[in-house]
Amino acid sequence: MSKRIEVSDLNVYYGSFLAVEDVSLTIEPRSVTAFIGPSGCGKSTFLRTLNRMHEVIPGARVEGEVRIDGDNLYGPGVDPVLVRRQVGMVFQRPNPFPTMSIKENVLAGVKLNNRSISKSDADALVEKSLRGANLWNEVKDRLDKPGSGLSGGQQQRLCIARATAVSPDILLMDEPCSALDPISTLAIEDLIEDLKKEYTIVIVTHNMQQASRVSDKTAFFNIAGTGKPGKLIEYDQTATIFTQPSVQATEDYVSGRFG
Amino acid sequence: MTQTMTPAPSSTGGMQSALTASKLPRWVPAATLVGSVAVVWMLFALMGTANLAGVLVVSAIVFSVVLYALSLAIEGRRKAADRIATILVGVAFLLALIPLISVFYTALTLGAGRFDAEFFSSSMRNVVGAGGGAIHAITGTVLITLATAVISIPIGMLTAIYLVEYGTGKLKAAITFLVDVMTGIPSIVAGLFAYALLSLFLGPGVRMGIGGAIALSVLMIPVVVRSTEEMLKLVPNELREASYALGVPKYLTILKVVLPTSIAGIVTGAIIAIARVIGETAPLLIIAGFTTSMNYDLFSDRMMTLPVFAYTQYAQQGADAQAYIDRAWTAALALILIVMALNLVGRLIAKLFSPKLAR
Ligand SMILES: Nc1ncnc2c1ncn2[C@@H]1O[C@H](COP(=O)(O)OP(=O)(O)O)[C@@H](O)[C@H]1O
Ligand SMILES: [Mg+2]
Repeated sequence: MSKRIEVSDLNVYYGSFLAVEDVSLTIEPRSVTAFIGPSGCGKSTFLRTLNRMHEVIPGARVEGEVRIDGDNLYGPGVDPVLVRRQVGMVFQRPNPFPTMSIKENVLAGVKLNNRSISKSDADALVEKSLRGANLWNEVKDRLDKPGSGLSGGQQQRLCIARATAVSPDILLMDEPCSALDPISTLAIEDLIEDLKKEYTIVIVTHNMQQASRVSDKTAFFNIAGTGKPGKLIEYDQTATIFTQPSVQATEDYVSGRFG
Repeated sequence: MTQTMTPAPSSTGGMQSALTASKLPRWVPAATLVGSVAVVWMLFALMGTANLAGVLVVSAIVFSVVLYALSLAIEGRRKAADRIATILVGVAFLLALIPLISVFYTALTLGAGRFDAEFFSSSMRNVVGAGGGAIHAITGTVLITLATAVISIPIGMLTAIYLVEYGTGKLKAAITFLVDVMTGIPSIVAGLFAYALLSLFLGPGVRMGIGGAIALSVLMIPVVVRSTEEMLKLVPNELREASYALGVPKYLTILKVVLPTSIAGIVTGAIIAIARVIGETAPLLIIAGFTTSMNYDLFSDRMMTLPVFAYTQYAQQGADAQAYIDRAWTAALALILIVMALNLVGRLIAKLFSPKLAR
């Protein structure tokens, strides 16, 4: 289920603008990796290269390699649609489909792909995914109501259920809690702890406590100045990054001296 | 007018603080309006020159001046400017409404006379003088408009989908430009285009209903493209990305996420586009022609339509001229009612079926 990600010499562009320069790192299966760094340093940009969502933006392109269990995502003939079925994504703002009910939202990955599924399988999948997202008890009586009627935190957990329902190997989360209140944030952090047993998780966060609470390893990104490319400054065990980082900039950032 | 002057600060009854400001009581603008109209009307009557338009214009001016002065004295400059702006906007709105109300009122009073069962059940075949009806024209309008919708809506929607979802670079810019140009084509040119096109194949002098549909499509396609484009642009990119992230290919994302999210607006736009072309006269006069008899076949012979019916009744009055003029007004009334109904249906669809995107 869970897979290893190896990134080597990755440059990410928007048109001619180099947004992220020369990133190499390896992410182990069944682990949680946090990306931290000041705004605009390219965390989201880099994250989106891991499931080929980057190229959805006109003019955006990538140089270098991303290997998932050895298969290069950017090799010739690779279908981005197949990549995205293996690498799921949760966005910063909860984005349930407004035309669909809660149940249909969970089944979106199946239904939108025109795959047929028996009613009992569908019900089982909905329950399993919603339980996995710690949302089942809250919504089990209103599965046919619109997903947009839930609270922000519930919507975000619905989006996590939707992403896990297609059983990806890897789950990418771009600041999944930044639009949520502290209680919902804790609910999602607990959830990440559970999901780790089955998925490789990469999470972008602005919240140091969150990074130190949920992640095994942490990558610190930084930019030299506006218009300059973002770079991977340091990548290590989370405990090491937060207690004895080897780079001064990392220490300044995690101790709150800038960013 | 002095009775409208009140000691404003105390009228709020509340406590004074740095945040409270004097405010005219709510009834003051209405009272000022009534007062100005009454005073101006009395003055006009005294001078023996009471005429409605004059009273309205002068009292509007008096009302603005008095309210501005009151507001300036009690509420200060900013509020006074606000009141003047409100009055200007209101007057502009009323001015814009005058033609609409006047047209509707005229059509209603003059058209009501022949708004009867016979009008909606018989054609003009063998009718000279009074009697007769426009069922052949109504049928023609329905058939031609349906054919127009069948041609224009798919072409317009697909063009808009291309422009919003796929188009890049020069081709997109070129198509956008051409759609803009198409929006400005005079309707008579659309009629000549349809005529020229059909006479290439069928020889000169051709008249048929489908030609009318082609001409109206030239006018309707750009409207559909524009409205669909706007609706598709309103679909948040986040929804497309959410779908891609689930491993859904682009065409399925468009079909199953983007279109369902925007369909209410697209349908509304299409209905309003229909309402926009259903009243066209000039192109139909050229290519669909006119006739007094029923014709159900879009692909042969002349076909009557409501606007052309109204025109011919008015332009070719027979011996009993009043009967012809009455029929022209009734046709106009029927057309106005159809357009209103279409607009209402469009609004209703938008209201009832659009998903709630707001969070
Ligand atoms: N769609 C885009 N088009 C062009 N430049 C972009 C786009 N999105 C982000 N960028 C640029 O890429 C850089 C990194 O942005 P981003 O990845 O969003 O940073 P972060 O997520 O770390 O805050 C920024 O300089 C930003 O301006
Ligand atoms: Mg970001």
